[in-house]
This record gives sequence, structure tokens and C-alpha cells, in this order.
Amino acid sequence: MQLDVIEEKDLKMGKANQEVFSKTMEELAATDRHIIAVTSDSRGSGKLVPFGQKYPNQIVEVGIAEQNLVGVAAGLASAGKKTFAVSPACFLTARSLEQIKNDVAYSDNPVTLVGISAGVSYGTLGTTHHSLHDYAVMRAINNLIIVAPADNFETEQAVRLAAALNKPLYMRLGKKAMPFLSESNHSFELGKGRIVREGEDMAIIATGETVYPAWKAAKSLEEKYGVNAAVISMHTIKPLDTDLLDKLATKGNPIITVEEHMVNGGLGEACASYLFQKGARNPFHIMAIPDEYTVTGSQLEIFTHYGISRKGILEKSIELLKL
Amino acid sequence: MTDKELKLKSIYLRKNLLKYIYKAKAGHTGGSLSCVDTLNVLYNRVLKIDPENFRDPDRDRYIQSKGHSVEALFVTLADRGFYPESDLETLCQYQSHYIGHPTKKINGIEQNTGALGHGLPICVGEAIAAKLDKKSHRVFTLMGDGELPEGSNWEAFLAAAHYKLDNLYAILDYNKQQITGATHEVMNTDSVREKLEAFGWSVKEVDGHNLTALEEVLNNGPFEAGKPNFIIAHTIKGKGVSFMEGVMKWHHGVPSPEQYEQAQKELDQAGVLI
Ligand SMILES: Cc1ncc(C[n+]2csc(CCOP(=O)(O)OP(=O)(O)O)c2C)c(N)n1
Ligand SMILES: [Mg+2]
Repeated sequence: MQLDVIEEKDLKMGKANQEVFSKTMEELAATDRHIIAVTSDSRGSGKLVPFGQKYPNQIVEVGIAEQNLVGVAAGLASAGKKTFAVSPACFLTARSLEQIKNDVAYSDNPVTLVGISAGVSYGTLGTTHHSLHDYAVMRAINNLIIVAPADNFETEQAVRLAAALNKPLYMRLGKKAMPFLSESNHSFELGKGRIVREGEDMAIIATGETVYPAWKAAKSLEEKYGVNAAVISMHTIKPLDTDLLDKLATKGNPIITVEEHMVNGGLGEACASYLFQKGARNPFHIMAIPDEYTVTGSQLEIFTHYGISRKGILEKSIELLKL
Repeated sequence: MTDKELKLKSIYLRKNLLKYIYKAKAGHTGGSLSCVDTLNVLYNRVLKIDPENFRDPDRDRYIQSKGHSVEALFVTLADRGFYPESDLETLCQYQSHYIGHPTKKINGIEQNTGALGHGLPICVGEAIAAKLDKKSHRVFTLMGDGELPEGSNWEAFLAAAHYKLDNLYAILDYNKQQITGATHEVMNTDSVREKLEAFGWSVKEVDGHNLTALEEVLNNGPFEAGKPNFIIAHTIKGKGVSFMEGVMKWHHGVPSPEQYEQAQKELDQAGVLI
């Protein structure tokens, strides 16, 4: 199996998004004593060890107890703290689901839920440690913004906005170093997709750590086939940027969505549902993890196995473009 | 198997689990070394199970709640003949079922664990079913001390006592450490004996690296009729390798080639002394 390795010559390499998250947290805490991180034996994976050393009064440890993590975070937020509840996405969005639904979203306590090592970041630790359900489940809860930053730039912006926003928000972060996806587009607005590559012939709408393989596929499409594909980092999954979807769909060109999530209920189905009801009939395909016992392997092996790779996205594009 | 052979087996299992962690370049080393003596005693002296007929409804059940210490379980099951040891060569490789947590794809494994706080509730269900069906098999789980704060455990502690599940044995791998630090600093679960007794369990404490003592406790239940059994196994995380013992970073650490050599040498030397 040919793996889609990171090619440093393509784009400037950055750090893991969760490292940028913790750095930004340190910067915010330096001038705001109300910034609080809540952890569940998760500060190591959340890269928050230095944060905890610098600001021991701004970290609350609950031990391995993710339900308590979210409940405690709701209380802290209710009392005016800018609260970030940080735990692996798999446990945070499954174990603590009722606390998220009732104590954060329904009771409107402005917690930022930070799901770390999300998707299949944990690779060979297996399904207990994967979060392939979180977009679907979080989407089905009212009053919750869902953000999955693609690169370091988006991550920093998202963390700063979340701290200022004062609203329930779920942020999904991965563990792998990410390249900077656009040298030119430095705008980041919650609820607005970020165009990381312009293109008229088709659109690839991706999110989180799948924007990079989407970008690579678009590059190959141009080099090998002269096709110009737009690549969107749809970092905000809810509320969805429907204006942008309208624009991408107008000419009836193919649309492919890509996500590190099960096909059920994720970004692709959100886009499809909106577009179909608006009457769009573009060739459309969702690239995601299928509804099956997930293949075992590293994140990259799992991505490659399911076509979430340059090659997979390229082949699907060619098929939809009828080249 | 003689007691001496059993002791040598613990050394062999330690050497082997390190070998496969080293090969796979991944693994929960410290917690595997702290519980491997318990697994050795369970699988070689306590559990009534048959590798050839694992799904026998009358078998004793063992569900590893601290699923991350899977390497200790994998080498123990291989040694007991559940599958050829060579299967472990594929540990953590693409499409291998030998991954970083136990799954039922592998002969000998009862449940897919890895998210903490799940083993005990499932065991409560198994133990209730055994009582309903008037069966005499026993149900065992192994929990981590860092795992204790999960609320599901305390819900299950109540249920086990409520249903008088004296066929249930929860073993605590009491190594006093988790990922962030010492367990009493991360989330204090001190006085665990008093807590469990107050919840209606019968509690025994044992040196979790003393095979004879472990066997004595695990084979002589129920400790009190009508009460679930809780065994506090006092252990050392990283036990058996001097530079890993009690050192936090070995929760999930892969030895360098030099460290690997040294660890194997230390274990060989310990074997000679038995
Ligand atoms: C629900 C859940 N939360 C968090 C984790 C991540 N995790 C794996 S092992 C571990 C520490 C466990 O400590 P302990 O139970 O004491 O195990 P041991 O010391 O025996 O390795 C954590 C936090 C997990 N596997 N499941
Ligand atoms: Mg422990």
C-alpha cells in the first residue's frame, strides 16, 4: 500500500494543531486569569503540562472521569470562567454526551469542549480511541458550534475566538503535524469556510486533517489534468457556510466532501442535505470512513485504506468529472 | 507446573512483552509489567478456561478493564496456547487484530476494552447471568487505580453488592500511578479498602508480585458469602526493570536498543536467581 506521506517541499510545515492550542492557551492565560483548562489525566496528550506549570491556579484536574470533567466545566463556565474542557475526543463526545447536551448546550454554559487526538489520530489503539461519531452526535445537539481547524493558523484563530465568544463550542483537534495550507488567505471567521485553493472546475470541501490530502489531490488534478479544483477548509461544521455551498454549486460542477469521520451524519451529509433541498443536482460524493469495523492501522494507513488520500480523492474526482 | 516454573514464567512473560513492545514501537509498558504477575497466576492457576474451547459457556470469565495493558495479556494468552506466539509479530501493523487494546477478534479475549471504566459493569452483568442460570463459574476483572474515578465503576460497585455477587472478583492493580503523576495527586482515591467495604464488598490486600499470595487469595473465594470480592494487589509500575520501576514516563514508553538490552539482561539475571 502506497502511503501518502507529507511532502515538505509542497507547503511550509507547522506543528500539531493541539500544540498550537496549548501555546495559544498560555498566551491567553498570561493576561486573563479567568482562562481555565479542565483535564482528565489528559494534560500530557493535550500538551498542557507547561500551561499547568505556569498557571497552576488555572488548571483543574478531575482524574479519569470525563463525565465529571464536563459537569465541572459547566459549573466553572456558569461562574464566569472561560473554560476549556480538554480530553480525547473519543471519550469527551461519547462518555460525556449527556453532560454536553444538558449541562453545556441546553443550559447554555459557554464551555469550549476540546476533543484532542480526534478522528483516527490514535491509529492502532483501535475503535475505543477513535472518534468517528463526534460530528454526527454534536450536530444533533442544539446550541453547539462545531469547529475542526485544519492547520496551525486556523487553530490559533479558533482558540482565540472561542475564548472571546462565550458560547458552547466543540473544537476537534488532531495529533499530527500539519502544514500551513494557504500563504495568501489569512481570514478566519467562524461559520465561514476558508478557501485554501481557488478553482472553477469542481470543489473539494474538506475539514480538519483531511484538508491536506484534499489540497494535494487538487494540485495533482491541475498538474496532470489541467483541472482547477477549489479546496475549502470547512472548519466550521455547524453552523454550516451555506452561502459558500450555494456559490460552489451554481455551475453544477462536481463536489466532493472529505472528512475523518464515519460517513453517517458528518460534514458530507450536512452538505448533501442542504444542497439537495435547495435543488442542487451536482455530481456529489462523500469521502469518509464507511460504516464498518474500521480497518486497523496508523492514521495514515486508515486514511489510505479508505481513499482519504491524494490518490483516492484524485480518482474520485476523475470519475465525477468523467475524464 | 511447579511454583518455580510459575515464577520463571513471570520472567519469560516480562521478557516477551518487552520484546513485542520493542518490535511494534508502541505499548503501555509500565502497566503491563505491573499486572503481568496477576495474569500469570490467573491464566496458569486460577481460571477454568480451555484454549481449544474458549467459548464454553461454563468457563470462568476474565475481562481486562485496564485494556491498555494489552501486551501483558497478549503474551500470556499466546503462552497458554490461545494462538501461536508468532501472531504477535504483527502487533500494531496494518490490518492486524493485535492492536493496542484487547478485541474479541482474538481467541481468548472476552470483550473489546480500552476505554476505562467499562470492565466492571460488564462483569456485573456476567455475574448476574451466572447466578440466574445457577452456574458456578467465576467472573474476574482487572482495574487500574487511575481508572477508579470513572463514575461507572462506582455505579457497578453498588450494583454488585446489591445483587450479592460473590462470584465476582475485581482485582485492583494498585501501582499508585497513572499518566499525569501519582494517583493520589491526580485524583485521590486513598482509603480504597474502606470505600469498598462501605460499598458492601469484601476486601483483601495482597502483594501483587507474590505469585503464591495471589494464588491463595484468588482461589479462596468468596471471601464472605453474599459479598463481591475486591482484591487490592499492591504493585509497582514497571516492575522487573530497574529503570522503569515507578518512573512515570514508562506508562507508554518504548525502550531504546540499549535500554532494551539492559532490560532483557536484568530479567535474565533475575531468572537465574529463582
Ligand atoms: C475513559 C478513558 N479515559 C482515558 C483513557 C486514557 N488512558 C489510558 S491509560 C490511562 C491511565 C490509566 O491509569 P491506571 O488506571 O492507573 O493504569 P495503570 O497505572 O495500571 O497503567 C489513561 C488516562 C482511557 N483509556 N479511557
Ligand atoms: Mg495505576
